[in-house]
Amino acid sequence: MDKLRQKAKELLSNNEVQIVVGYEEGTAGKARPAFISSPDQADTLIYDERCIHNLAVYLTQHKLPNNTKIAIVASFPVMKSIITLASEKQLDENFINVIGISKDNNLIEFKDFADIERYINQQDLSFTPEEQALIDKIDAMSMEERWEYWQNEFSRCFKCYACRSACPMCYCTLCITDFNQPQWVSVPSHKLGNFEWHINRAMHLAGRCIGCDECSRACPLDLPINLLTKKLSMDIQKQFGYSAGQSLTEPYALSTYKPDDKETFIR
Amino acid sequence: MATENYKLLKKESLPALFDKLTASGKTIYAPVKKGEKTEFDIVTKYSNDINDEYIQTVQSLKGTVFPKVEKLFDYKSDKVDTSIQEPDFSKFPQNVLWGLHPCDAAAFRPLDATFKWDYNDEYFLTRMKLTTVVGLSCSKHDDYCFCSSVDISPASGDGSDILLTKNKAGDYLVEIITEKGQEVYDMAKDLFGEISDDKESYITDVPKKFDLTELNKNLDGSFEAPYWLAQSMRCIGCGACAYVCPTCTCFDLQDEGAANKGSRIKCWDSCGFGHFTLHTSGHNPRETQSQRWRQRILHKFSYMPDRIKVFGCVGCGRCSRACPVDMNLSEHLIKIMEEPKHE
Amino acid sequence: MSNTNIYKPYLMKIEKVTEEAPFVKTFRLKFTNEEEATKFKFKAGQFGEYSVVGEGESTFCIASSPTREGYIECTFRETGRVTSALANKEEGEIIGFRGPYGNTFPIDEWKGKNLLFIAGGIALPPMRCVIWNCLDLRENFKDFTIVYGAKTVNDLVYKHELKEWEERPDVKLITTVDPGGETPEWKGEIGFVPTVLEKAAPSADNTIAIVCGPPIMIKYTFPILEKLGFKDTDIFTTLENRMKCGFGKCGRCNVGKVYICKDGPVFTYAELKKLPAEY
Repeated sequence: MDKLRQKAKELLSNNEVQIVVGYEEGTAGKARPAFISSPDQADTLIYDERCIHNLAVYLTQHKLPNNTKIAIVASFPVMKSIITLASEKQLDENFINVIGISKDNNLIEFKDFADIERYINQQDLSFTPEEQALIDKIDAMSMEERWEYWQNEFSRCFKCYACRSACPMCYCTLCITDFNQPQWVSVPSHKLGNFEWHINRAMHLAGRCIGCDECSRACPLDLPINLLTKKLSMDIQKQFGYSAGQSLTEPYALSTYKPDDKETFIR
Repeated sequence: MATENYKLLKKESLPALFDKLTASGKTIYAPVKKGEKTEFDIVTKYSNDINDEYIQTVQSLKGTVFPKVEKLFDYKSDKVDTSIQEPDFSKFPQNVLWGLHPCDAAAFRPLDATFKWDYNDEYFLTRMKLTTVVGLSCSKHDDYCFCSSVDISPASGDGSDILLTKNKAGDYLVEIITEKGQEVYDMAKDLFGEISDDKESYITDVPKKFDLTELNKNLDGSFEAPYWLAQSMRCIGCGACAYVCPTCTCFDLQDEGAANKGSRIKCWDSCGFGHFTLHTSGHNPRETQSQRWRQRILHKFSYMPDRIKVFGCVGCGRCSRACPVDMNLSEHLIKIMEEPKHE
Repeated sequence: MSNTNIYKPYLMKIEKVTEEAPFVKTFRLKFTNEEEATKFKFKAGQFGEYSVVGEGESTFCIASSPTREGYIECTFRETGRVTSALANKEEGEIIGFRGPYGNTFPIDEWKGKNLLFIAGGIALPPMRCVIWNCLDLRENFKDFTIVYGAKTVNDLVYKHELKEWEERPDVKLITTVDPGGETPEWKGEIGFVPTVLEKAAPSADNTIAIVCGPPIMIKYTFPILEKLGFKDTDIFTTLENRMKCGFGKCGRCNVGKVYICKDGPVFTYAELKKLPAEY
């Protein structure tokens, strides 16, 4: 934590960046995102196991004036988000300084995004046993049971869009739900409207999700919607060998065609 | 600290009371344990899952009088004729909202003020008329509660038809506040007794975090203040705070269906969404999150008291608990009070 | 409202459709219910929510004068989902209307004064209501001047009424088009509305100015009026903002404490100056 604060102080004092996005103490013993703009604020930065918000979401929110240089405290999921965003050409490397934090809480100085990509690929990128267990539990259900399960979950949703707002990959300035000519996704939060939203969300994130679980953490009603995109990520990995957050250059599986793509769906 | 006379409702009488309410055609919403949390749910019988020691639920019960999706009317239309079919207001449900804390009961006042401001919203008013509120005083609170700062007491019967206070025996001191409350009592007189007890001693003390009148005065010249931007930096612009809030009333009107048959719907909306005030031309008067955050605070603590004589917040703390990035409302309000006054 | 349900629209039959300009239409609407027709009253400046069932509602002023009973009119430009659906409607079809909402022009207070109307482009409709209202009570007012401009000759709305106003001896009409918007036959002025206004230099003495136009036009017109000596309490305009309910409940249209749907849409320049800069 000291090294992190020191680094932040340095970057701000030299005006290498104007804002450092990190974590600070929040209410009731929780951590929360923090934006500091001067060296004397650096001591409010913290880093521990409570710091799990995916801060990459702030990189595409455009709340700061153009040409603001940002430093971002990047845990492993944040690093993967940054690489995914970069591969979709959403970030300008010259304006983002990534302060990586390794799994054993050491500071990693990244020179550029390629550096981050290298680091990511040196880590274990498989799904954890816990993640696999959650997916397996749903996979073990029959179609009818699954339908029942998701109907129950979605009926509780009230379309606050916290999932969308918290996800770094949901950066569209005009979301599909905002279109009204035609109104692709119903606005009201009835059963159909909720289904339409969650299926759309899952499909638009299919293979782009890096599994940070921020969506279901952000959800005030604890809906397990992270499982949808996680499952799709697993499927896309199996079918196309593509995983988000691991390459700056490999094109997105669902917008590319390779001659050796399986065509088992054509019968 | 004073001992006074109250009606008494023993815990063991609750199953019978619930049965009577259900039998009389009422739908009961009660706070039910769901894992580690407590949420309001419809119950037909009393059970031990009903929690009378909860601090706060995630969602409020404003959806019983201001549903998240309300069908305003059905329509039929062809080249020659168009017709509109309104719902049967006489079929709206009779609800008993059981175990609402004083903050939630007080929330019906700003809802009422908004939906009656010069134009009466018949949907809300009909539902409100058919609603009986059985309040429950607070014996506990947490860091997020700030009812006392918005001039609401955790022992208040304001907004309740009956107010219950749990005593040391696990029974309830009963205060009948309105005619509707009297009707519930009259329907089940034999289930109620008498008791002399000290209600105050069972009520938690919620320390005051700020002075509401001072806050209101402070916000008066605050429109151009620089702190809105800093405060709103981590806000991600979702609608969680507006939707869990028992007093937020922003809504959208949407037509659904085909050109020849469908319905017009009133549904929840949030002033925090980016496109809330977007014009068709593309112009957006509140295009930044800081403008939208400012709107939220000023609407609740400055515009509403000014225009409809009621504050838009009851200090329940739901917004702060639900916020994915901990935009703690009372914390922000306290910070505003610490800022130099702006003209 | 026809009954106590504030969300229920009147059903209006489209009696006449007039194509004013590219993508701009005027509807003359009649109540399908006789009783509603007799009970309905409105004043100049008020607006309504016009709807196509299945698409939604859109906010326009009532563009006809309350002195002409039996119908109301609205003029709109095809811009989005609802206006496109409205534009597809034909004479004889039915649309919805909720209203009247909002405040009104204080025409009674203008008795005995000169009236100066300044409008630009698609902003003539809210003015048309008050222009006809005042013309129908012509004897109450002194000098009557209308300055109206649009981008091109084709974009001028209410072309046949402009002719009517021009031919009236008791009305001074100045029409203009933006430089480059004129046709060879164009006999009116050429120039932006504020410029033409400054050139005409109407007297501010005992005169009320009513201005309506796109923000850029308003921005340049107000200073000119003040330069000419108009008091800011004698300059009126109408504002618009994103609306849904039209009666102050949905939380959208407020600028600070002021709700455009309830405290407006009619404002004086003096009131405008007090509004916060969120606009």
